[in-house]
Amino acid sequence: MSASDVLVRLSSLGKDFDVSPPFLNRLLEREDRVLLKAVDSLSIDIPKGKTFSLVGESGCGKSTVAKLVVGLYRPSRGSIVYDGIDMPTLKTQADVEPFRKRMQMIFQDPYASLNPRWRVSDIIAEPIRAHRQITGKRAIDQRVAELLVQVGLASADGVKFPHEFSGGQRQRISIARALAGQPEFLVCDEPTSALDVSIQAQILNLMTRLQRQFALTYLFISHDLAVVYHISDFVGVMYLGRLVEWADKRTLFQRPWHPYTRMLLDAIPDLELSGRQRSPVAGEVPNPIHPPSGCHFHPRCPHANERCRNEVPNLVRKDTSEVACHALLENRLPEVTVTGEPADVGSGG
Amino acid sequence: MSEARSNQHLLSVENLRVEFPTRRGTLVAVDRISFHIDEGEVLGVVGESGAGKSLTGAAIIGLLEPPGRVAEGNIVFDGERIDDIGYEKMRRLRGNQIAMIFQDPLTSLNPLFTVGRQLTETIRTHVSIDERKARVRAIELLNEVGIPAADRRVDQYPHEFSGGMRQRVVIALALAVNPRLIIADEPTTALDVSIQAQIITLLKRLCREHGTSVMLITHDMGVIAETADRVAVMYAGRIVEIGPVGDVIKRASHPYTRGLMNSIPVIRQDIEQLVQIDGSMPRLTDIPPGCAFNPRCPKVFETCRTERPELVDVGATKAACWLYDYARRPGAGSTT
Ligand SMILES: Nc1ncnc2c1ncn2[C@@H]1O[C@H](COP(=O)(O)OP(=O)(O)OP(=O)(O)O)[C@@H](O)[C@H]1O
Ligand SMILES: Nc1ncnc2c1ncn2[C@@H]1O[C@H](COP(=O)(O)OP(=O)(O)O)[C@@H](O)[C@H]1O
Ligand code: SF4
Ligand code: SF4
Ligand SMILES: [Mg+2]
Ligand SMILES: [Mg+2]
Repeated sequence: MSASDVLVRLSSLGKDFDVSPPFLNRLLEREDRVLLKAVDSLSIDIPKGKTFSLVGESGCGKSTVAKLVVGLYRPSRGSIVYDGIDMPTLKTQADVEPFRKRMQMIFQDPYASLNPRWRVSDIIAEPIRAHRQITGKRAIDQRVAELLVQVGLASADGVKFPHEFSGGQRQRISIARALAGQPEFLVCDEPTSALDVSIQAQILNLMTRLQRQFALTYLFISHDLAVVYHISDFVGVMYLGRLVEWADKRTLFQRPWHPYTRMLLDAIPDLELSGRQRSPVAGEVPNPIHPPSGCHFHPRCPHANERCRNEVPNLVRKDTSEVACHALLENRLPEVTVTGEPADVGSGG
Repeated sequence: MSEARSNQHLLSVENLRVEFPTRRGTLVAVDRISFHIDEGEVLGVVGESGAGKSLTGAAIIGLLEPPGRVAEGNIVFDGERIDDIGYEKMRRLRGNQIAMIFQDPLTSLNPLFTVGRQLTETIRTHVSIDERKARVRAIELLNEVGIPAADRRVDQYPHEFSGGMRQRVVIALALAVNPRLIIADEPTTALDVSIQAQIITLLKRLCREHGTSVMLITHDMGVIAETADRVAVMYAGRIVEIGPVGDVIKRASHPYTRGLMNSIPVIRQDIEQLVQIDGSMPRLTDIPPGCAFNPRCPKVFETCRTERPELVDVGATKAACWLYDYARRPGAGSTT
């Protein structure tokens, strides 16, 4: 993809957390500092107007990437280039400010992210006031009413407080607030994971519609592969802080290469009632503080060999995918094509 | 039907109603539901949060938190009524015949005792064997649920286990008493997909091998599709559809079930917009009269707004919807 199509480029991005025992304990027990590599050398390009999703199991670093991208964390290594500008090199508030309003974040728990003592209209107006985009009470009120309608609420809902809304409606409020500053880029961290499926469908439909309407670019984070398939253009799979595979969504779901991607796809309970017997991959995600050497996935991988235990695999191109796996390079990974028709659900009756 | 012995089901629930008296009136959280579970069968119970799934499970094993109470109906287990047997008998039933698995494994485990001690105590309340034999059995059970190095891990405390491993321990505890029925309330909801797949596979295998019946409560249709024989769909405290899992999932009859199934994104299905049901499930304080789904239903008609539909046979399933009452649906009487 050419550089001009890319809105956000993450290069060799890394984030360490210091999880050492308290200083005194370290001194007494002669322990070293302990660093947890929550994100390790992650590179992705997010094209303008598209949705790039990150999937992976709990603790693999998805939320940390989200927070790095919107500037809630400072990276330990690597760069975040936003529309040509390397964000972490910006030093002053005044330098950062113009970029801040171009990106917004939506969180999993809409309740925790809304101030319970503020009226909905003030919650939504806050970014407008902060960025001084519109001035004058009348104009701001009008903009808030417009935003409420855009996310499927009534303009009269502005006078209410967050607790008067259901979970799905609260997520609409946080989307309205995110849109208030007219951003071009939304980072959405599990925006529907706390919602029931029928409400999830409403929010996903809303997000798709808004993306089209305002040419938004999304970084979408979820552990739900079906949601990710539905919403994304590109999908990256993370395991213990590293990107192990990425591709356009159809390729990733039809011709997964990385053994971990294959395991994830195989683990999803399906609605197709195929009666297939699964053989779930044994084991669990290891402790991220002391991850396995070499390829982090090797203790669970059916294709692991000596090299996997010693050497970190790099992402390499395979057709239209990028995959970090020694077995693929060594041609000892059997090709797998996942077919399977979409479930024919609920069409009878 | 109140003659308990006249049916062959392992569990049958009839007209169960669970209420919460409050200052502003009585809230009906489970509203006259009926279903049964046969020997060796997995009944899935699905529905969105607040539909009444957990309360139904809690009512069956007498674990409703006051002021919640069973206001109506009866529950028959193995031919005996169990909704009125009193605390002591119910406690014994829970220790022997019916086991419970919750979403958070820590609610079933005591943090102060080793996993082995909890298992041996449970085993010894059930069969009279000595400490040493009970310990051997405990290790066997841990092995059976797939805990590696069980002979070593038996002496560890719950906090030393990961989430998936803890849920395995809880399953081992449930199996320790050789129950005839396991009520599992969202047993995989807190787990990652790969661990969820392991736990589902484990539960299925164990039930097949031991002939145990399971009431599997979840909001995840995928889990139901892979595990259940039959499924009950709940909405606002009522069962709106119940039947064999294939019929309910692939050929849903009730407009709510159909909407729900269509609103789930499906891998390799390319659509711009998902089918959506507008609105949300009503709170207990404002359940509409008639069919509780009527304000959201695309097929709603006059009768729906005033009269509550009961479950009626629709092919292989039962659905509570006026569309299937041929005398009441719109246009009835004008034909024939
Ligand atoms: N502030 C922090 N201090 C120390 N460790 C942290 C911190 N934030 C995250 N971590 C660790 O970094 C790793 C990645 O965490 P992150 O929250 O990004 O995971 P995630 O992929 O979003 O998981 P989930 O699906 O559970 O939300 C985890 O091991 C986590 O425990
Ligand atoms: N202690 C309680 N007091 C009042 N209402 C309750 C209480 N416990 C549960 N409810 C209500 O009963 C309904 C059903 O709850 P529950 O069975 O937990 O739902 P589910 O398990 O289907 O998500 C919900 O509306 C819930 O808010
Ligand atoms: S690098 Fe080796 S261990 Fe890692 S996924 Fe590939 S084959 Fe498996
Ligand atoms: S009874 Fe009426 S409102 Fe209820 S589901 Fe059937 S058609 Fe819809
Ligand atoms: Mg997260
Ligand atoms: Mg529940």
